[in-house]
Amino acid sequence: MLDAADICSKCWTLMTIAIRILDRALREDFGFQHLLWVYSGRRGVHCWVCDEAARKLSVAARSAVAEYLSLVKGGEEMMKKVVLSDPIHPFIRESLTVVERYFPRYALQDQDILGRKESVDKVLALRLHVRKELQQDFQNEKKPESRWKLIREQALRKQSTAKKGQHFEKEIMLQYCYPRLDVNVSKGVNHLLKSPFSVHPKTGRISVPIDLKELDTFDPFAVPTISLICEELDRPREGDEEEKSAETNENEKDTAERRKIRDYKRTSLAKYVKHLDQFLDGMARSWKGHLLRKSDLQKEF
Amino acid sequence: MQFPSRRRKQTSNPQTELYAHPLQFYGEPPLENMSLAEFETFAVDRLKLLKTVENLGVSYVKLSEPYAKKLESEFKNLSFPYRPESGPNEYDKRRKDHISHFILRLAYCQTEDLRRWFIQQEVDLFRYRFNDLPAKQKLEFLHRNNLQYDTISVEEKKSLLDKLVNSSYAVSGITVEDQDFYKVPFQDALDLVRTRKVYLKAGYVYIPHQDIVTIVLNDFRTRLSKALALTARSLPAVHSDERLQPLLNHLSHAYVGQDYSIQKNVGKISLEQIDSLSGKSFPLCMRQLHQSLRENHHLRHGGRMQYGLFLKGIGLSLEQALQFWRSEFIRGKVDADKFDKAYAYGIRHMFGKEGKRADYTPYSCMKVILSNAPSQGDHHGCPFRHSDPELLKQKLQFYKVSPSGISQVGDANFSLNHPNQYFIESQRVLGGGKDIKREMDAPQRPQEITAAKGNNAPREAATNDPQGLADMTEDLDSFFQDA
Repeated sequence: MLDAADICSKCWTLMTIAIRILDRALREDFGFQHLLWVYSGRRGVHCWVCDEAARKLSVAARSAVAEYLSLVKGGEEMMKKVVLSDPIHPFIRESLTVVERYFPRYALQDQDILGRKESVDKVLALRLHVRKELQQDFQNEKKPESRWKLIREQALRKQSTAKKGQHFEKEIMLQYCYPRLDVNVSKGVNHLLKSPFSVHPKTGRISVPIDLKELDTFDPFAVPTISLICEELDRPREGDEEEKSAETNENEKDTAERRKIRDYKRTSLAKYVKHLDQFLDGMARSWKGHLLRKSDLQKEF
Repeated sequence: MQFPSRRRKQTSNPQTELYAHPLQFYGEPPLENMSLAEFETFAVDRLKLLKTVENLGVSYVKLSEPYAKKLESEFKNLSFPYRPESGPNEYDKRRKDHISHFILRLAYCQTEDLRRWFIQQEVDLFRYRFNDLPAKQKLEFLHRNNLQYDTISVEEKKSLLDKLVNSSYAVSGITVEDQDFYKVPFQDALDLVRTRKVYLKAGYVYIPHQDIVTIVLNDFRTRLSKALALTARSLPAVHSDERLQPLLNHLSHAYVGQDYSIQKNVGKISLEQIDSLSGKSFPLCMRQLHQSLRENHHLRHGGRMQYGLFLKGIGLSLEQALQFWRSEFIRGKVDADKFDKAYAYGIRHMFGKEGKRADYTPYSCMKVILSNAPSQGDHHGCPFRHSDPELLKQKLQFYKVSPSGISQVGDANFSLNHPNQYFIESQRVLGGGKDIKREMDAPQRPQEITAAKGNNAPREAATNDPQGLADMTEDLDSFFQDA
């Protein structure tokens, strides 16, 4: 029996969608530039927003940012968790663009939401007004893609007549694909946060930064675990014997320390640390630029 | 004394200049002598006004017609200014507005909670009054208070036309053409950002002149917050005046109401009773939480807080609570060790035995509705606010509420304001015949009391006509539209 806490390879697409939507919004809408995306080690991702402006935000401002980014609202008692009304805000439009790219493969194929009866019922429950018509149509049409086309057509029909409730195909896509944010952790400043490169207690995987340039090929199951790292560290180094004989007693401690610091390069962590370094370099450059501008203004030379 | 006339003449009295505008930021404190009686009346009246603001804000959409009408009548009753023109009567009311605000600052600056409440109501009050001003006076207010932001060029407006129109229901192509748009840093317009009612690009929001009120509100809120912090520092001097201290204490306790934290009946409830009590005397939110707990043998943090504190309020002791939660969680995926490690601490914390030892009070309805909205996997919150209307209707029917009772859910005036209050009232009704009269006197939530009495309900005729059912759906729909 599957533990609900495990992930499967099909679900990871949700994280890809989440990262694309939120990265765009934080950069283009809010103007933040220094974003570090980190894999949590199990089934989620964290985004570290490191701009100075972000770090100085008040609690109310943090809360506002989190709510701006939230589209899916409601606990177990709420069936319809996304409600759209006219006009559709540019943020929602942009997010929909991302969702629409992934929806056919993720929801219709991988998760087969319009194939299995229980899932179909759940989907149709979100749209009670046209449920009966769709249920009838579905008797004759079994292919998920065609069923989805029928849903879209119903939505288009409603859009020209109804004044509200006409965006249900968008609402369905968003309810299945839009990311769920942990708003409370984002709002407060007293929460303990998981540090990058820590080990996840349930899976043993290292919480590694994600390079967005390689986002589409990121595989959470290929992320190194602590046991793998230990294994790699235990492997004998090349050129180990020569190093040992060249050491004197006083230098031994220094060399050992330096060796320990370099050791990560022999493990699978190397590329992730490199990515972090590049991120930090970017921040340092930006800070230097800021200092230069400041000193120019103050006419210091 | 010279009263200001309609035409702006040279006035020799500086105070009339002070009250020339109906609205103010309360930047300067009043500098006059007054009688203690007037002091007290002003303060109490303003508190009544703020409480009305709070209640209306929960029952109605802010600035909607019923909201505005009811608030205006309260203004009239309590003699607060609501007319934009100046005149002798208005002068007195504006003076009262000014002074009463500053008096309440003294009472409400003392703790974080009090400050938060005061600021929230004053902001809502200000929003209503600013909104009511004619356009010219709005402009005048802005100029008087130095709110200056840059406008964007005509070219930029043109290029952003689609985005601007799609960001706000109130912005049309004509709005973009006719009005100036201000470029404001998003930190100064949090309310608009939070509700996504504005176009946001690269950290700036683009606001049409007609919406500048939100900026004003933010400014008001910030100034008031800073002022309260300063006021708190001068409190010792104020408290040393024996005439003021009792009044100020009374004022700051008035808003809280009973908090059900004093446990008069600890140990009177046994664990075996909880299941049946949940059906008879728990409000819907707690009943829901109890059911989820029994079904899933688990509740998430929000649910544990809301339900756990409620149980404390009805009389569960710490030992009972630990036993209750542990026995239920063990039936699920949690073993005894894990419970002791991960969950017991939280329960002890609730009872004030860990951490800063704060004896947390059970949540009031206001708190349940407004803070910590439920998300995926949660069962807490208020069913009348956070549930799907269809599901809610089914639940109420299942709990034997009459159809007419269900439609009354939409009309009811909100006077129940604490889940533990519901429990106590319900127990009283169930307990004795002489208390039946109380049921007649509490008309606001008949459907809830009916649910509590279960099969004994004498009053309603439970018919099940399909037409009535269809009407009900619409009532519930429109209720939840406003919420």
